Amino acid sequence: MLRDFGPNEFLFLVTSARWTVVLSLLAFAGGGLLGLVIALCRVSPWRPLRLAMVGYIQVMQGTPALMQLFLVYYGIGLFAIRPDPWVSAAYAFTVSSSAFFAEIWRGCIEAIPRGQWESARSLGLRFPQILQLVVLPQAFRIMIPPTIGYMVQIIKGTSLASLIGFTELARAGQVINTITFEPARVFGSVALIYFVLCWPLSYLSQRLEARIARTRGDAAPLT
Amino acid sequence: MEYQFDFGPVFARWPELVQGTFLTIWLSLAATAIGLPIAAVLAATRSYGPRPLRWLVGTYVELIRNTPFLIQLYFVFFAMPGLGIRLSANGAAILAMVVNLVAYAVEIVRAGLEAIPRGQIEAGRALGLGPIRILRHIVLGQALRIVYPALASQFVLQLLGSSLVSAIAAEELTAVANNIMIVTFRNFEVFGVITVIYLGLSLAFRALLGGIHHRAFRWTG
Repeated sequence: MLRDFGPNEFLFLVTSARWTVVLSLLAFAGGGLLGLVIALCRVSPWRPLRLAMVGYIQVMQGTPALMQLFLVYYGIGLFAIRPDPWVSAAYAFTVSSSAFFAEIWRGCIEAIPRGQWESARSLGLRFPQILQLVVLPQAFRIMIPPTIGYMVQIIKGTSLASLIGFTELARAGQVINTITFEPARVFGSVALIYFVLCWPLSYLSQRLEARIARTRGDAAPLT
Repeated sequence: MEYQFDFGPVFARWPELVQGTFLTIWLSLAATAIGLPIAAVLAATRSYGPRPLRWLVGTYVELIRNTPFLIQLYFVFFAMPGLGIRLSANGAAILAMVVNLVAYAVEIVRAGLEAIPRGQIEAGRALGLGPIRILRHIVLGQALRIVYPALASQFVLQLLGSSLVSAIAAEELTAVANNIMIVTFRNFEVFGVITVIYLGLSLAFRALLGGIHHRAFRWTG
């Protein structure tokens, strides 16, 4: 039984976008926390720790996010009868975004001149103190624009969860498409909702980046 | 209950894995070969073109960069036939990949073009060069050197992102994995193997593109 694509169907898409938002926030919180730890390990004075993090980042950035999601999903499936899409998606997106956050933030931390590290060390500060008192307060400012920019990637990336049966915006679009068979309007609407979620963040990120570049009097910061 | 890993049934289907790997590489190369020239023209338009065209390219870039590739893929695959354009799964995959790649590449190339000091372009004009020759002799070589690393990493991102086209049943690596999974029920093993293949591909292409960079731009020191 075919239905028309009307206001109710559009409303269904809009309401299912809340799961896209929730999943994005989970991935942002989890990935941000893990990513921060990895970024700090990556700039730490201990070589084995640094190398381990390089390996982690290489693997995470060298494999498709979709594969990471499938591996988590089917990996949980080895132990549980029925893997939960929520747990799988939240875990997989946390892990994959952590690697990207780590790289973004490492770039910002390394943008702080080496001389500051050296002078802090000569003042007798140790690694955690240098980070906390000298480097991070300065790095924080240039970290904000690329972090907001990466949130756009996270929101778009949550659409992959539809492929393990998680009903967020992309999957809602598929469902509505199969009952209305009006793909242009359905996926056009889905794209519009994603755009409304993402574009303000993109815009904000660009504006902040431009402002930092202006006040620093040089080109835009790394990443 | 202890799960026994068994990769045998997966490796037994190696011809399909090889085929899928080649199709994955081919899709990315094809999309890049088609997309890069388009992106170069659009980037020049966005930097130097008349205002309405600049705005048009900017809108395209923002629209694509702020919507998921998966939705772009669905739009191309499901909605285009309604507009009278019928594409195979692979054709739709390449078209969606081109549309997506161009949006990112335009911004990369534009950053390269705008990094060239205006004084050089003015100097070219003072020497009596036309816009085409300025572009060819002054801008292009330098811009290429600046944008090459970003384009190379965009290529690897695209290679990994192409795993999504399995959602419309293009027969690349991930789709092959789905097929093998349905027959063997070795879900975890299949995707483990596929993940390692993707990792190998991205490391290999990163090394290859880095090597080309090293050779091609040695003169710049």
